[in-house]
Amino acid sequence: MKLKLEKRAEPSALMLYATPVGAVILTMIVGAIIFSVIGYNGLGAVYEVFIAPVATSYKWQDIAIKASPLILIGVGLAVGNRAAIWNIGAEGQYVVGALAGTGVGLLTQNATGPWILPLMLLAGIAGGAAWGAIPALLRNRFHVNETLSSLMMTYVAIHLMNYLVAGPWKDPTGFSFPQTPLVTADQSLPDIIPGTQIHLGVLLTLVIALAMAVLMARSVFGFQVRVVGSAPHAARHGGFSEKQTVWLVFLLSGGLAGLAGIFEVTGPFEQMSLGFPQNYGFTAIIVAFLGRLNPIGVIIAGVVLAITYVGGDMAQSALQLPNASKGIFQAMMLFFLLASDILIRYRVRLVSQAAPAAQPATAKSAA
Amino acid sequence: MSIDFLVAVIITVVGASTPILFAGLGELVTEKSGVLNLGVEGMMLIGAIAAFATVDITGNPWLAVVMAAAAGALISMVFAVLTLSLSANQVATGLALTIFGTGLSTLIGNGFTGRAIKTFDTIFPDVLAKDPFWKVIFGYSPLVYFSFIMVALVAWFLSRTRPGLILRAVGENDVSAHSIGYSVIRVRYAAVAFGGAMAGIGGATFPLVLTPLWAEGLTGGRGWIAIALVVFAGWRPVWLLGGAYFFGLLSTFELYAKASGASWTAILPSEAWAALPYLATVVVLAVISVSKRAGGNAPACLGKPFIPSA
Repeated sequence: MKLKLEKRAEPSALMLYATPVGAVILTMIVGAIIFSVIGYNGLGAVYEVFIAPVATSYKWQDIAIKASPLILIGVGLAVGNRAAIWNIGAEGQYVVGALAGTGVGLLTQNATGPWILPLMLLAGIAGGAAWGAIPALLRNRFHVNETLSSLMMTYVAIHLMNYLVAGPWKDPTGFSFPQTPLVTADQSLPDIIPGTQIHLGVLLTLVIALAMAVLMARSVFGFQVRVVGSAPHAARHGGFSEKQTVWLVFLLSGGLAGLAGIFEVTGPFEQMSLGFPQNYGFTAIIVAFLGRLNPIGVIIAGVVLAITYVGGDMAQSALQLPNASKGIFQAMMLFFLLASDILIRYRVRLVSQAAPAAQPATAKSAA
Repeated sequence: MSIDFLVAVIITVVGASTPILFAGLGELVTEKSGVLNLGVEGMMLIGAIAAFATVDITGNPWLAVVMAAAAGALISMVFAVLTLSLSANQVATGLALTIFGTGLSTLIGNGFTGRAIKTFDTIFPDVLAKDPFWKVIFGYSPLVYFSFIMVALVAWFLSRTRPGLILRAVGENDVSAHSIGYSVIRVRYAAVAFGGAMAGIGGATFPLVLTPLWAEGLTGGRGWIAIALVVFAGWRPVWLLGGAYFFGLLSTFELYAKASGASWTAILPSEAWAALPYLATVVVLAVISVSKRAGGNAPACLGKPFIPSA
């Protein structure tokens, strides 16, 4: 007996949505085995990372707060990946967005008024979009691969942040800790559910994700992105400019990453410090794929990955697992998802070895 | 500038260049076969922890290099199965490999934090290796000399041998290579494994040559620079050697900026020097694409999945 792949006439919609769920389940099973082999409590690790955050009701607000940046960055990246444009530097755009917004915050430390917070948020979007514009410009003008340049700019962004936070922007009253001053009352996102930390940014993220769902499904832009990604030749004939798509994708995904960054500053973090980058920009790549590059799917995947963030912290205190070990689970989800992608376009058949090896005519008609 | 200082600078530059040279050579061979593996950073970290753990347990740095190569090759097989056998997207799979390698190396390395390891002795007699001047040639870790040998070997393999020719054919035109009877998938598996082994050795260079301590994510983005280096070198091994030393030089400025306060490095904050290799990578990629025809040397099938039709 032998496994044989047979091309489906139509991509399987069932497999498209069943495989992400399967990937998460497989990750739990194989994750438990890997952690046991290394010498940790494997089942305990899976419980703490995936189950405990959901089973502990006071952790739900943490999940919502951590899902927000993942979803916001993830919907932007999903658009790019649809167009086969690879922005893997969202982490840098997130950091620069936060820096730009914080810069406005420093200038308005002594001011009051309802205009301050929106101005900071706009600066955040502009900062992220500007950082995203660099790889877009490099690709369009100089044919520089956007994967490499967007990632390189992330390292530059983090060094820029380290410089500002430990140098010119350091809080003079902060006992020389490398951190910026706390945001003022007029610079903070209000909490939307009394008694919780769930801030306005979480709600805005949901609104934006839903708006993106409409945009992608109903607008010319959504169509353009899909055509450029799946049929570049047809796109050229249809008059869609690839360069314009690159610009739009990077400005959009960079702007959303920047907004996520300034949401974190004006929300949970209340300032910037050396520990500000939380890898949301990289994890959001997994969110985009696990959500099948579909904004609604991204919301669900963002919650799943947020659970692993909260669970990673819980596993650290309960089992002394290093925090980075959540990355193993996150990467495995993507591995299993990518591995199962083939099931969407192909059907796996068991065939007996005895069957003739080559029957080109019938094989062709089956395909 | 005294001779002693110059010697010290050269030794630092050689140390900083060696890991990206190893990893870049491996990626070059992988890409020549038509496969783009963005998991170099993750494979380097796996190699680094494999080497560190091996020396910590056995005290044998030679065995550590072997284990690092084996670990890098092994982890690269995850990428190979996904992208070659299951035709998964190479960019996404490579990214997942980097995230996975970062997490796994941190998890395994957790137990080794704060421990120092004993590393290679110099291989030349002390008269030369410890001489204040001649150590600039004879005083390096065996891994440094090995990296030069590998440059020559890879250059010879790709341009002068039959398997090298087949590998390049597979990367340039997979359909033709397949139709005249070469197994595209098998050749690519081998090229990915070689890339993994070399990235593993590149990672091993960090604990074995640079600092004998384990630190989380100690490769600090060098794997990505190695990938950029392959483009920079136009997929030519000897150019890769030059590129690796150029970036090695750039990345040592940060060390001097931190160590010496009052020198010429003080004109910029140390963070700017730290960001320099990454900025330079972007600038160099832009410059070479203007001076050459964009990607003119890139293997024609780079990054495209190959699905045998019969």
